Amino acid sequence: MEDCGSGILQRLIAERGEHLESTHAQHGDATALLRPESLLEVMRFLRDDSELAFNMLTDLTAVDWLDRAPRFEMVYHLYSLDWNHRLRVKAGVPDAPDAPAQVDSLCELWPSANWMEREVWDMYGIRFAGHPDLKRLLLYEEFEGHPLRKDYPKERRQPLVGPRN
Amino acid sequence: MSEAAQRLAGDSRGDLHSEHQVLNMGPSHPATHGTVKFLIELDGENIVSLEVFVGYLHRGFEKECESGSWYQAIPYTDRLNYNSAILCNIGYCMAVEKLLGIALPERCDWLRVLAGELSRLGDHLTRCGAACLELQAMTPFLYGIEARELTWDLQEELCGARVTSNYIRIGGVKHDMPGDFPGKCRAGIAKIRALLADFDKVVTQNRIFVDRLRGTGIISREDCIRYAVTGPVARASGIALDMRKDEPYLAYDRVDFDIPIGEVGDNYDRYLVCVEEMHQSLRIIEQCLVALSRMGPAPVNVADPRVRWPAKDGVFNRMEELIQQFKAVTEGPMVPAGECYQAIESANGELGFYLVSDGTAVPYKVRCRPPSLINLAPLPLMVRGAMLADLIPTFDFINMIGGECDR
Repeated sequence: MEDCGSGILQRLIAERGEHLESTHAQHGDATALLRPESLLEVMRFLRDDSELAFNMLTDLTAVDWLDRAPRFEMVYHLYSLDWNHRLRVKAGVPDAPDAPAQVDSLCELWPSANWMEREVWDMYGIRFAGHPDLKRLLLYEEFEGHPLRKDYPKERRQPLVGPRN
Repeated sequence: MSEAAQRLAGDSRGDLHSEHQVLNMGPSHPATHGTVKFLIELDGENIVSLEVFVGYLHRGFEKECESGSWYQAIPYTDRLNYNSAILCNIGYCMAVEKLLGIALPERCDWLRVLAGELSRLGDHLTRCGAACLELQAMTPFLYGIEARELTWDLQEELCGARVTSNYIRIGGVKHDMPGDFPGKCRAGIAKIRALLADFDKVVTQNRIFVDRLRGTGIISREDCIRYAVTGPVARASGIALDMRKDEPYLAYDRVDFDIPIGEVGDNYDRYLVCVEEMHQSLRIIEQCLVALSRMGPAPVNVADPRVRWPAKDGVFNRMEELIQQFKAVTEGPMVPAGECYQAIESANGELGFYLVSDGTAVPYKVRCRPPSLINLAPLPLMVRGAMLADLIPTFDFINMIGGECDR
């Protein structure tokens, strides 16, 4: 199982190796860790390359590594309908008081990114540059904070919101 | 024409509303089975644009999972898609098993397929039945719900609960099926087939039903791919995409079944795909019963002390097993540090779990990829320019389940 997806990673390393930080295939899931600044370029290559043809952005989420640098990690799951193969792409997202977490939006490549990026903004407070309509998805506008951040206590209560006109 | 009459005529022209009207529909509307709000811009009765607001059923599934043990998340997964709870159990447990590197005993594979297909059947029956109800047809809804009751009765026989079953365990299932289950299941299947035949007679060629569904809510193959739409919606648009065939898991590579594919991608195709999938599920269940009876008694849980309790005899008589039991109860399984993504074909499409473990007994992250949410995203595209009434069947056949969509 461990060599699953090695062909995908080899192709990616050969073509866009300079943008990769590391790769692995733990539990058979081919994974590539990207430099965040080249996210859009590598994703476009992954979608358009005929040998990879990742035409579906199946899933998109983030992980909060509170004590690590960079603090956040974006996690994308890609699927190719033509080749029936999968790839996980990750990119670190630093967060600082003067430079809040931000990463490029993938909406222009896959419209499926739209709602999922809104969910990540909602839950983790990561901004997406170039997103057409970045607002909360599951929670309401008056919600304070981003609940899936590790420093958001589970017990925290939210202020009551009155009726809206 | 007198001045007054002219003024009147001018006024009445002004009274003909030509500007667009904004309609708030939901979050709790009788014609939608799901808590969702639509903000619709209407030109007469035609939809100019539509915005979907979700999240009314958000319970913080992922946050809750990050504070309990790996086992404690299983009942939460029951409440994701409550129409097909077992499929959600299976998806989560398979992801944890992937992190642990557990291979399941064969009997467990078959039991999971059996339970999962029963679950899928119940989900499709709800979808087709409720869609009829919301199109003002009460009778087929009752046929569908009667058949769903039969699937729930069988689930109750299998695991003691009708809806939120909590049947799947990490590394196995709660227990083997009862001895009289195969007989009851065959009787249930015969009744469900009869009800499906009734349903088919009332609905499939029904002029009103066909007129409401054919040509409405069309989504093209390309848009399905761009929006990562999966499940019956994608298959109705002509995409042969089914995890059970593409990446066979459990015992699906040993089962004979077909994947129905639509052509147009309208609501009628989605209806036909769902009906055919119900027949295929019944076929799979029958094959599971044959395989299980041929196999004879065998373990249904993996013999792995990391996830299973030791045998009671050992716990009462030996120190090592007593410690194991104590650790298993108080801490739960320790999952090695790492990450994995495991997806299954749920009733709505690709249900995926992306898990991250930091090597402790508490999950670091549990991400559920909800097919309901992702399939709902292209809804504005599917109803643009359509009549307001077409929104109802389109939304029904996307089958957004609030629990899973909002988590």
